[in-house]
Amino acid sequence: MSTTWEPVIGLEIHVQLKTATKMFCRCRNGYGGEPNTQTCPVCLAFPGALPVPNRRAIEETIKLGLALECTIADRAIFHRKNYFYPDLPKAYQISQYDEPLCANGRLVVPTADGEVEIGIVRAHLEEDAAKNVHVATSGRIQGATATLVDFNRGGSPLVEIVTAPNIHSADVAKRFLQLLRQTVVELGLSDAELDKGSMRFDVNVSVRPAGSDELRTRTELKNMNSFNFAAKGIEREIARQIKIYENGGTVDQETLHFDPTAEESAPMRSKEEAQDYRYFPEPDLVPLHPAPEMIEGLRGQIGELPTARIRRIANTLSFYDADVLVTGGLDRLWAAVVDGGADPKEAANVLANAFVATGINPSAVNPEEFTKLVASRSEIPRAVFDDALSHVGDPGFSAEPYVAQKAVSDASALEPVIAAVIEANPGQVEQYRGGKQGLLGFFVGQVMKETGGSADPRVVSELVREQLGA
Amino acid sequence: MAITKEEVLHVARLARLELNDAEVERFQGQLSAILEAVGKVAELDLSDVPPTSHPLEVSNAWGEDVPHTSLTQDEAFANAPERDDDHFRVPPA
Amino acid sequence: MSAGIDTLRLTAEEALALVESGQVSSVELWQAYRDAINEHDGELHAFLTLVDEPDGSGIPIALKDVISTRGVRTTAASKILENYVPVFDATVAAKCRAAGMTLLGKTNTDEFAMGSSTENSAYGPTHNPWDLSRVPGGSGGGSAAAVSAGLAPWALGSDTGGSVKLPSAFCGNVGLRPTYGTVSRFGVVAFASSLDQVGPVTKNVRDNALLYRIISGRDENDSTTVDVPPIALPEGTDLKGLRIGLPRQLNEVEGIEPGVKAACEAALAKAEELGATIEECELPLSVEYGLACYYLVAPAEASSNLARYDGVRYGLRSEGVDFREMVMHTRHDGFGDEVKRRIMLGTYALSSGYYDAFYGTAQKVRTVIKREHDALFERFDVLVSPTCATTAFPLGAKAQDPLAMYLTDVLTIPANMAGLPGLSIPCGLSDGLPVGLQLVGPQFSESTLYRLGHALEQAIGFDVVPERLR
Repeated sequence: MSTTWEPVIGLEIHVQLKTATKMFCRCRNGYGGEPNTQTCPVCLAFPGALPVPNRRAIEETIKLGLALECTIADRAIFHRKNYFYPDLPKAYQISQYDEPLCANGRLVVPTADGEVEIGIVRAHLEEDAAKNVHVATSGRIQGATATLVDFNRGGSPLVEIVTAPNIHSADVAKRFLQLLRQTVVELGLSDAELDKGSMRFDVNVSVRPAGSDELRTRTELKNMNSFNFAAKGIEREIARQIKIYENGGTVDQETLHFDPTAEESAPMRSKEEAQDYRYFPEPDLVPLHPAPEMIEGLRGQIGELPTARIRRIANTLSFYDADVLVTGGLDRLWAAVVDGGADPKEAANVLANAFVATGINPSAVNPEEFTKLVASRSEIPRAVFDDALSHVGDPGFSAEPYVAQKAVSDASALEPVIAAVIEANPGQVEQYRGGKQGLLGFFVGQVMKETGGSADPRVVSELVREQLGA
Repeated sequence: MAITKEEVLHVARLARLELNDAEVERFQGQLSAILEAVGKVAELDLSDVPPTSHPLEVSNAWGEDVPHTSLTQDEAFANAPERDDDHFRVPPA
Repeated sequence: MSAGIDTLRLTAEEALALVESGQVSSVELWQAYRDAINEHDGELHAFLTLVDEPDGSGIPIALKDVISTRGVRTTAASKILENYVPVFDATVAAKCRAAGMTLLGKTNTDEFAMGSSTENSAYGPTHNPWDLSRVPGGSGGGSAAAVSAGLAPWALGSDTGGSVKLPSAFCGNVGLRPTYGTVSRFGVVAFASSLDQVGPVTKNVRDNALLYRIISGRDENDSTTVDVPPIALPEGTDLKGLRIGLPRQLNEVEGIEPGVKAACEAALAKAEELGATIEECELPLSVEYGLACYYLVAPAEASSNLARYDGVRYGLRSEGVDFREMVMHTRHDGFGDEVKRRIMLGTYALSSGYYDAFYGTAQKVRTVIKREHDALFERFDVLVSPTCATTAFPLGAKAQDPLAMYLTDVLTIPANMAGLPGLSIPCGLSDGLPVGLQLVGPQFSESTLYRLGHALEQAIGFDVVPERLR
């Protein structure tokens, strides 16, 4: 009897907060500056410099903790995590260890097969490392390289979110990540852009015989910069581990570097010695005691969260449509359009397909104008609609000029054009009448051409069939 | 309590201190004597005692999220052992 | 002696009056001290760096070379910072500047303030002005020797285990180790964050209070600082109502020199005459376990604080084929033996498998020490003992025996572990060498310590000028 295997997946996500300043100094936080222009004695770790926590970063972390239904610690402290690297100027990272700000939460992930609850072990605050660039140098030693360091990013606030290892499929892992991303974006914490590194994640994967609750050796997947890659990488790792076990082997604990173009994930170079981070309470900082009024104030800033909205919208649309709308950040626009009288399903289709293809930020769209456009979609030429759609994000966009270009559907205006087309193409008429019905499109196309695209193709099609059928 | 030569080397590596043989020898003896002395803390029954990591009872010290003026590049690099245009340069990591 | 200024006897308060009344210009005053430095520092070696131009309008000051001074080399007496010139002022340096003070130079110290004799300086030891064959105490021997020999009207030191109190005792100065958190550590080269505190070294108690007023107060750049209650300048000699406790374990410590004991007893008799009540008390655990606790906590924090000296952004850089080797060579070449010992000890105490037994346990012992002191302050306003069991010892006497050197601080360390203020005042001579009396009070009791110190100073009439310089 062959074993059925159950994957056990845990996620560790880093989200860079978009505060104005860094975590422990008031240098500007964010990209754009020339290298090493956003630094100070604190983030360059000059002797004697001391960290001062960013109040807003603490508040944002608590807000996220509340959104993830975490317990907000009555007392939280920072720890030092000690290791040497060029991008870590103090040779320790200020992080949180056994007394994090937020712990024991959950995020409910709706799926087509029902809801799955993913446990949040903790969400804590820490500082980011700086940026190393490894370069080749010319010189005597072939292949020698140097490392260049830019400390602008060093010290940016990061929230680390750790899930319980209770995710059991790549699909749920992917949906969790999408939902979490949407949550932090909506809370205004972060842009959470994978390609810019403002959201990063590592995945721990192991497998076990279904029904067992053992935890087997896990591997860590790093460097996945898209949700689809994550799903693909997880699938691949699950299959690899199952194959190893079924061949009687054992899985090594290792970190795998995901390369989407390769068939297998390559193990990363192992460290020369086992890491010993020597965590201890950061003596330059004092404990955090978030006051209940502060916590309640932050709770009040949280609106209806994505999970709840997917649940609600799935009552009207399919789960898939609801999921796409919410995790794509499209559902508020969708609701406005539907309130304006649009058909819910049609509005969802337009948003999930044509609109998404434009790459326009939904928040830049005026819902009222957008509603007018969607409402007249079937009455204006496709080209006009597409053109309009590509401008809905423009400031001051008005649907009016586009809607005004209604397609011609008046039979009295179209009939002379149709008659002329029929007269000009006797051969095709012959063939059509002889049973080649597929030529209908040819006639409609000719009429559309003659009318410069302004005719309503459905009306033209009806009229052509009537005239030829006679 | 004595510390072994291997432990001295392990700790020195963790702390990124190169040691020659003579230094390992010397530090092994000295550190063993010091560890013997500080190991005294183990004599106390501290099962109900909370740790003190800070002498004052202060909390919630933080700064507002308002940018200050950063250093100029020249100030940032003023003491740098090796500058490569606008980066700090180090041997390959 | 320039312009009739006797730098050996002039107090800072008197110097300030001379400048404010226009009798002496700020530049003349600065020059008088500079002349004294030129005359005596060759034999004392109190200074590591001299400033060549006065840059204020008030009276001069000397700063221990762990205090960052913008544009003035700051070495912490280490080779690793030999050419380091800060681009920013420590908060205490900025406060001195803001008060118009002119910087004379940077004073010698044990490397990174780790030591009790100033012999661990990478640039050679400082000599005690009372006897050039003896140490000035440490780590702040340079500041103490400078004030004692009239090379500066006052100076700042830093005290982690006794580095202000001990040199003040050995050189016949008044030295305050303030309540932890009352003086900013920002810009002060860190040794042990939860213990380091900058304090004034002066000729008399009023000067000390004046300087403490200037440097103390909450600093937004140091999260561990607090608002400080107003500091009363001491007047008069009435000690009625003051309850003095004499911890037996401090006053009868093993190895106490008879001359030290006699000088302290004589001072206590004066206190009684002035109206104070004196009663013996017990501080058993703090004295028995204080030193062990300190030599776990301080090196652990130091091992992390000194990790930033990696040859990347400032300081010494040695060669290496890769980053790791470069860092190992840099730290080997840049740190002296005592610093290496403490880094290794601290790394060990924090490392995996030893944390609980060493660092974790020491943190609990710290609680025990704090509680033991708290209990005594229910009954007493001040605890009095010698600052050190001996007077200044000969150069080289303990240099080869780290543990013997550590024991020098056995009387100053317990109060430091509890974050308590301690004032060392000279209370007499033993074989021609100054004896220090340590006054310890509850947190924020500096005004009380100054009141008692000032009264005793008047009653004792100690001549602060070293006999060989009179």
